[in-house]
Amino acid sequence: MNLLAAEWIKVRSVRSTLWTLLATIGLAVGLSAFVAANFRANIERVQNFDPIVTSLYGLTLAQLALVVFGVLTVGSEYASGSIRPTLAAVPRRGRFYAAKTAVIGLVALAVSAPSVLAAFVVGQHALGPYAVAAGDPDTVPALLGATAYLPLICLFAAGVATMVRSSAIALGVLVPVLFLGSQGLGNVPGLRPVLQYLPDQAGMELMRIAGGPDSRFGPAYGPGVALVILVGWTVAALVGGFLVLRRRDA
Amino acid sequence: MAAMIEVSQLTKRYGRATAVDDLTFTVRPGVVTGFLGPNGAGKSTTMRLMLGLDRPTAGEVRVAGQPYERLNRPLHTVGALLDGRSVHPGRSAHNHLRYLARSNGIGRSRVQEVIELTGLTTAAKRRAGKFSLGMAQRLGLAAALLGDPAVLILDEPVNGLDPEGVRWIRDLLKGLAGQGRTVLVSSHLMSEAAKTADHLIVIGRGRLLADTATVDFVGGAESLEDAFLRLTADAVEYRGQL
Ligand SMILES: Nc1ncnc2c1ncn2[C@@H]1O[C@H](COP(=O)(O)OP(=O)(O)OP(=O)(O)O)[C@@H](O)[C@H]1O
Ligand SMILES: [Mg+2]
Repeated sequence: MNLLAAEWIKVRSVRSTLWTLLATIGLAVGLSAFVAANFRANIERVQNFDPIVTSLYGLTLAQLALVVFGVLTVGSEYASGSIRPTLAAVPRRGRFYAAKTAVIGLVALAVSAPSVLAAFVVGQHALGPYAVAAGDPDTVPALLGATAYLPLICLFAAGVATMVRSSAIALGVLVPVLFLGSQGLGNVPGLRPVLQYLPDQAGMELMRIAGGPDSRFGPAYGPGVALVILVGWTVAALVGGFLVLRRRDA
Repeated sequence: MAAMIEVSQLTKRYGRATAVDDLTFTVRPGVVTGFLGPNGAGKSTTMRLMLGLDRPTAGEVRVAGQPYERLNRPLHTVGALLDGRSVHPGRSAHNHLRYLARSNGIGRSRVQEVIELTGLTTAAKRRAGKFSLGMAQRLGLAAALLGDPAVLILDEPVNGLDPEGVRWIRDLLKGLAGQGRTVLVSSHLMSEAAKTADHLIVIGRGRLLADTATVDFVGGAESLEDAFLRLTADAVEYRGQL
């Protein structure tokens, strides 16, 4: 309990990390509303219109802010050297790491759930007459999927940052993987079979933004498999981070 | 609170470079022990090894009878200042101390006490990134004192302190040792070491050169500085030119 409280004090006592959390909510809601309003205004020209996807569109950018949160929370300890007083106070590195990742995950979840809900509500409102029908069976799974995806990708980022022990290197790896890789190259036919298993692609599927196995842009698997893939990536990154933390000099 | 630091056959290599080379010594309670050696001698490395931050290539360190990693809530047993600048620049001194305290179950009132003790009261709410060197050192000292520890490990604590601060630390360390605590302090200031340390451990190129009472170390030499320079003449790696 003490360790969780200590890590929580760290998170809330640095303004830059708090900004990333605000940015997460702001981007989720703001961009979703913007996209929804645009779609509504140009509805005749929009292809494959999906009201749920439209109102969650802001999450594609909001995840970046949350990834930065996960990276900075870990990376700033190495950049500032505060990892040394921290580990001198908590020499059992497994416990320190468990507390740190638990707090990152919980904070990410606490920010993600309202972000997803607010994005959806605001987005649907902006869509007006084109909003999703009440009781649509796809709504709840998409919202739950999005709420699961964001904390998972944040923890994935924290694991990567612990592996490389640097915010800059971690973002240098993550931003291309999460954006350029799959958004750009992901649509190149030859690369799709491989890139569709990247974490953000699984996330797209989980949030139903990709449109599912039947759509041209979606991966060849459904949301259940997407969740498994994502959890797999996250666990792998966290374990990798732990192995580095345990072995390396601080 | 008879807690010693026992260093046995400690070796640390970074790649091919040997920073600490088969060191064996014991730091005893009740006196201030000065830890001396030229630049790059391995003082800071030895201290990181004592705190379990770096892993030894060979040998071991026991603090209060145990490897550091085994200590439960170690701040209650060992307080350390390695580098006062090891603080998130965006975090206030107060919050830095608060999370360290909380991780070891130490309450807010003790945080306030060490802030006052180290003279940081007016700066405590400011971001540590804006601190001067001396203020950062005071913050590092405050962190070291949080758990009222039986063992203190301080790497160049007077570095950056004003004359008033230097004297304050001298009196503080002597007082803490007088209470039966174990105090290990590295320094490059020979006159300061002569005034503060009762016992000296001197290393050069990672090896033990001397482990004796300060009076015996100085012996017939004019000053501690002269004795030190003579002893370490062959162990200096980085030497300037005139
Ligand atoms: N993390 C590291 N990686 C590689 N080499 C290191 C590392 N830390 C220390 N060294 C090397 O180990 C040797 C001892 O360094 P250390 O900092 O322990 O010396 P010191 O006695 O504290 O010196 P100073 O008086 O200048 O503070 C030096 O040669 C240094 O370059
Ligand atoms: Mg040093």
